[in-house]
Amino acid sequence: MLRVSIAKKLSYFNLSVEFQVENNQILVLCGPSGSGKTTILECISGLFTPTGGAIELAGNVLYSSDLDVNVPAKDRRVGYLFQDYALFPHMTVRQNVVYGLRNPNKSAAGKNGLDYKQVLESFGVPHLIDRFPGQLSGGEKQRVALARALVVQPQLLLLDEPFSALDNKSKQKLQQEILRLHQDWQIPMVLVTHDEEDALALGDIIVSLHQGKVVEMKLR
Amino acid sequence: MIHLNDWFPIWLSLQVAFLSAALVSVTSLPLARLMASKSFRGRDFLEAAIMLPLVLPPSVVGYGLLVMIGVNGPLGKLLGQFGLSLVFTKIAVVIAATVVAFPLMYQSARAAFASVNPNLEKAARTLGAGELRIFFTVTLPLAWPGIMSGLVLAFARALGEFGATLMVAGNIPGQTQTIPLAIYFAVESGDSATASTLVAMITVFCFLLIFWVNRWNKKRLH
Repeated sequence: MLRVSIAKKLSYFNLSVEFQVENNQILVLCGPSGSGKTTILECISGLFTPTGGAIELAGNVLYSSDLDVNVPAKDRRVGYLFQDYALFPHMTVRQNVVYGLRNPNKSAAGKNGLDYKQVLESFGVPHLIDRFPGQLSGGEKQRVALARALVVQPQLLLLDEPFSALDNKSKQKLQQEILRLHQDWQIPMVLVTHDEEDALALGDIIVSLHQGKVVEMKLR
Repeated sequence: MIHLNDWFPIWLSLQVAFLSAALVSVTSLPLARLMASKSFRGRDFLEAAIMLPLVLPPSVVGYGLLVMIGVNGPLGKLLGQFGLSLVFTKIAVVIAATVVAFPLMYQSARAAFASVNPNLEKAARTLGAGELRIFFTVTLPLAWPGIMSGLVLAFARALGEFGATLMVAGNIPGQTQTIPLAIYFAVESGDSATASTLVAMITVFCFLLIFWVNRWNKKRLH
């Protein structure tokens, strides 16, 4: 379960949001460009520090201005799918996917006895293992990026505008994949999009943002 | 045919160029990395100061160095107490070459570091990597071609340093006479054989250097 209650002073407005996501829920942050959605993701993942508030994940305090706690990004176990996928261009798909694993040859510790080859297979990309990101299509890059984020078994997955570069057919396919992912991994997911249709298709909770404030919160 | 009475300038110039390149690398890389990522008040001012030796006439740089390490300068006085003097020594040659070569490598390295997509470092952070690991596995490999170009430029600049060297180290044959100084004074004294030999050697060397680095860069991009 993820609990977020943060405030952040930005150049054009003050960000102030509060929400909570259970393991079996997908929360969608919806709003126009510049409404602070990506900033919220960066605060949750520890890449950015809020001005004040608290972030709690799976019972652990990741950030608290009252308790003066600020866990660094590398220790938060928050998976992040960047809008441009951020695959390391100088590394193969295999090297990208195992980057977060301490011991790539042993399976990652966890209830499923996870191993990166299995994860790649579940995303349908095991044949790309020795290719470089520059040789992949957009959809393949996205799947590799998802595999890389999930192989380290994060407790939360953040997705920044995953639909923005896709056509309608690919969008629908990705929507199905995200729902399947959610079923398989059972972790809370926070997804950012500026498209209301995508929000309605996926969100168990839809938070509409405008200029850094929550203007509406819908529950399915 | 090679007409060279004294091979010392070649030996000295190469030594100085390699030493300066090493010193420049060790000092400019961390600085460039810092300046590329953090923004603070006075950053532009500091950067202009760092880049100054690049745009100032070498004789001005030489004058500045003399003021600092000369017998009456702060560093010169300090060393004088131990009976040491930096001016007109090999060390002064290295100092002059390093100071003029520094901005070249710094500039290339800073641009190279700044060109690395910040999302890549962010992604590495979310995957659990510490800052040092991120630097060596993500930032440095991606900035490497730019850094190498900077290194070659710095090396070439150190090899060719003349004005500042003449002022702080002088043209002492067998001690501080580098190739550029030897060429100048050979021409001055009418020794065109020595001059043309040295010119030919250094031209061929620099040509091969640029040629090889360009080839290496092309190969890197597969």
